[in-house]
Amino acid sequence: MADSDGRQVDSINHSTEEGVKLQEIVQAKCEGKELTREEKQRLRKEKKQHKKNKKDDRGPPEKEKEKEKASVPAPSKPATQSPAHKAAPVPVNASASESPVAAEKPAKSKAEQRAERRARQDTERASKQGKKEGGQLSASSKPKATPNELQPVVKRLPEHIQVDDPAALKKLAKKLERQQVPLRSDYGYKVSLFSHLHQYSRKNPPTQQISIPATVIHPSIVRLGLQYSQGIIAGSNARSVALLHAFKQVIRDYSTPPNEELSRDLVNKLSPYISFLSQCRPLSASMGNAIKYIKKEISNIPSQCKEEEAKRRLQECIDSYINEKIILASEAISKYAIEKISDGDVILVYGCSSLVNHILCEAFEKQRKFRVIVVDSRPRLEGKEALRRLVKKGIRCTYVLISALSYILPEVSKVFLGAHALLANGYVMSRVGTSQIALVAKAFNVPVLVCCETYKFCERVQTDSFVSNELDDPDDLIVTRNGKTHLENWQTVKSLGLLNLVYDVTPPDFVDLVITDLGMIPCTSVPVVLRVKNVDQ
Amino acid sequence: MELQAVLMAAGGGSRMMDLTYNTPKPLLPVGNRPLIWYPLNLLERVGFEEVIVITTKEVQKALSTDQRLKTDVKMRLDVVCIQEETDMGTADALRHIQQKIKTDILVVSCDLITDVALHEVVDLFRAHNATLSMLMSKVHEFTDTVPGQKGKKKAGEQRDFVGVDVTGKRLLFMANEADLEEGLVFRKSIMRKHPRMLIKTGLLDAHLYCLKRSVVDFLVHNKSVTSIRGELVPYLVRKQFSKMFGVHNKCTSKEEALLQLARERSCWNDHRGDMSEAYHGGKLRCYVHIMEEGMCYRVNTLAAYIEANRVVPKLFEDPPIHPTAVVTERSLVGSDSIIGPYCQISDKTSIKRSNVGTSSTIKEKVKITNSIIMNGVTIEEGCNIQGSVICNNAVIGRGADMKYCLVGSGQCIEPEGENAVVQCSSGYTTHTKTHTLHFCSSVVFVLNPAFCVCVCVHSLAHVCLFFV
Repeated sequence: MADSDGRQVDSINHSTEEGVKLQEIVQAKCEGKELTREEKQRLRKEKKQHKKNKKDDRGPPEKEKEKEKASVPAPSKPATQSPAHKAAPVPVNASASESPVAAEKPAKSKAEQRAERRARQDTERASKQGKKEGGQLSASSKPKATPNELQPVVKRLPEHIQVDDPAALKKLAKKLERQQVPLRSDYGYKVSLFSHLHQYSRKNPPTQQISIPATVIHPSIVRLGLQYSQGIIAGSNARSVALLHAFKQVIRDYSTPPNEELSRDLVNKLSPYISFLSQCRPLSASMGNAIKYIKKEISNIPSQCKEEEAKRRLQECIDSYINEKIILASEAISKYAIEKISDGDVILVYGCSSLVNHILCEAFEKQRKFRVIVVDSRPRLEGKEALRRLVKKGIRCTYVLISALSYILPEVSKVFLGAHALLANGYVMSRVGTSQIALVAKAFNVPVLVCCETYKFCERVQTDSFVSNELDDPDDLIVTRNGKTHLENWQTVKSLGLLNLVYDVTPPDFVDLVITDLGMIPCTSVPVVLRVKNVDQ
Repeated sequence: MELQAVLMAAGGGSRMMDLTYNTPKPLLPVGNRPLIWYPLNLLERVGFEEVIVITTKEVQKALSTDQRLKTDVKMRLDVVCIQEETDMGTADALRHIQQKIKTDILVVSCDLITDVALHEVVDLFRAHNATLSMLMSKVHEFTDTVPGQKGKKKAGEQRDFVGVDVTGKRLLFMANEADLEEGLVFRKSIMRKHPRMLIKTGLLDAHLYCLKRSVVDFLVHNKSVTSIRGELVPYLVRKQFSKMFGVHNKCTSKEEALLQLARERSCWNDHRGDMSEAYHGGKLRCYVHIMEEGMCYRVNTLAAYIEANRVVPKLFEDPPIHPTAVVTERSLVGSDSIIGPYCQISDKTSIKRSNVGTSSTIKEKVKITNSIIMNGVTIEEGCNIQGSVICNNAVIGRGADMKYCLVGSGQCIEPEGENAVVQCSSGYTTHTKTHTLHFCSSVVFVLNPAFCVCVCVHSLAHVCLFFV
């Protein structure tokens, strides 16, 4: 029954998801309900979206997107829709089989494409009827589904987690070529679970193909990109500050070309720089937020503003952003955190978080008596730097590797962790190893406190560390001991892959408190903060 | 703009006067291209669009008239002339063009032939915000016998001691043997900051430096520094560890403050094991990129010149025989030889492992092996030339038999019977009648134009004449 209905509707609308939707709406009509304005709007939007997608190069991810989007509003509908909702899940692995087909698509005509898609969707629908599972949404595409939200936004998968999709790679290559940014090639064998992520080598720097007096890309951006790729500037706060500093120099050296407006042209100028930086090292969440802020500020410059005035204003904006969001925020967080540190505490920290170091140094200055255990892990061994800074201050420290975690946890009274980003579902994204620490601390009933500024809050949602991560240079794992380097020729061993992950996500159940500049909140309040921030802006 | 390129082409070539007393060093042909073409090509390949060339009037004239240079080099050359008589060092030259310098500079010498990936040197300069970044390479031992060198090379030739840290990138120490009296002297501060240092001696300085703008300002204020390589670089390397630079650390501008903040928040350090921050808080840093593989020659001695001529033709995909050269069928030109434009090679000649320059004429039955024939040379029939260098516009008479000789420009070697070995003179032709002069070691006669010599050998005497 559902099939015939769908097919009927299909002949009018040419898409399954709309077919399903209309089917639901037809059902609703039959049951005497009226189509709400919201539903009508949504339907119109679907049609428009679909027309737009027909023009684009259709890859499976986008199709997936539409299906996701269609199935997401479904849960918000009353329960009668649930059978329909169950009928429209999208098995992620279906897309894998479609990708080789998708690659040939541009060659066929539109009518053929439409017919092909219809046939495929029919078979898919048939197979889905047999399945029981519903609503298996891939994490990175879930938009906010709160009732008082505006129309759900179509989220595209970001390029940097689609490396195994040749269509997406082609698109990226085209875009970079247009912006005259060199494309960095991947290096070495990638572990299959992470083959959708980029893996670069430090030996092939991104500047190989850039002309030496860098003309297309501003020299300070080239310098920044190099510093990112070599790890000279590492750490979420440092990267954002350095990025804003480089933008200040770009703005300083910028001059509006004739017949152009600063507010539009400068944003266009920044795009290739941002592409270049993301080729050097994938952007962090804090950098993303900083870039969004800058772009907004630039586009808000009134057109009658003179260039000098506009530049000065932008520089001031950047300065105030850094001052508020980073410097003052860390002061505020220290104030809150110091309340939580009592005399006689044994505090465990992991890796080198600039914020946590700052907190501990402040607490020490305020005469709190505590000692610190620094946990470190290979290959970065960032804990050594944290150790140096704390010991220089005069704090009593112990240094262990993460493998000794369960041995020293009985001594620990609190765990302070830094964060790279806080995701919208309350998960904490931080250096790889953090979730392990949180897990073991939970097992030992040791409170875990995460310190994070609000500008690192991110609207993304992730429940695992696989979907979106960063792969560092695998050669970093190679170590020489006693003159022997065993992994020297790891590339020749076909069955061996080296994996150097950078981030992992910690579920909110393991985190007891998040200390932000707005106060001390539980992990699940992060979406509230995000909503408040959005309303503010 | 990020970097400005400065090409130093005013040097005299004091270590190979035999070749350069008539032709200025930048115009010496290497692989049938003027020597100055190689660094210009390197800069062009990498992406420079403009180069400041500091040179003499003669070279400037050649730059504007030489066909090959004009067509091949697409960059804009801003030629600055200096007088030859004023003995200007490289640092003096920089001071001379101080007005033109608006950003950091990349100084290259005209005698550098290399295929280095220049971004390696410049990346060190960019990433670490270095004051100096330079290029060095492993020294190649020149194995070919060089005309003019009797027996083995003079040993202990002024070694350079270069000290680098464990990563091999940071330059900690540089001294030349000539400046040292008894041994190497290290400051304690260097040892405290970098307890592990690698000292290397077999390195050739490629004379390619990236310098910050502030160094040029420093040169303007300190007029006593004349040479970059000899004085400026060792000074900068020493200054890294001098205490003075710690003083004005309270940087003033907001941008510096931001950079400082970024560095503080970053969890990176360039060294481990002591309590100091990255770079030990030092502002001045010198880096070096040491080339392990690849080609890097500095053509400032005769041996290097010959070696470069040997190696360079392999670099380029130019056809070994220039299309305008006339090579008859009965001649044998080896695959590792190159023939320049407008040459004429006659029958029954055999040319192996040699370079023949522009507009040279080679008559019949000539055998040339392992030699370098420059432009406009005429070689008459029956000559046998081995391991020699024949400079511009020389004329080799019939039947000459030359082994490991060097013929200066414009020389004329009289036609001979068999087995006559040739001497070269300047401005005069020599008469050596049918005599067999056997030279067991390679010998060169170079006669200074200031001296007028006429050599006549009449008897079976083994006569070796040296006039310097």
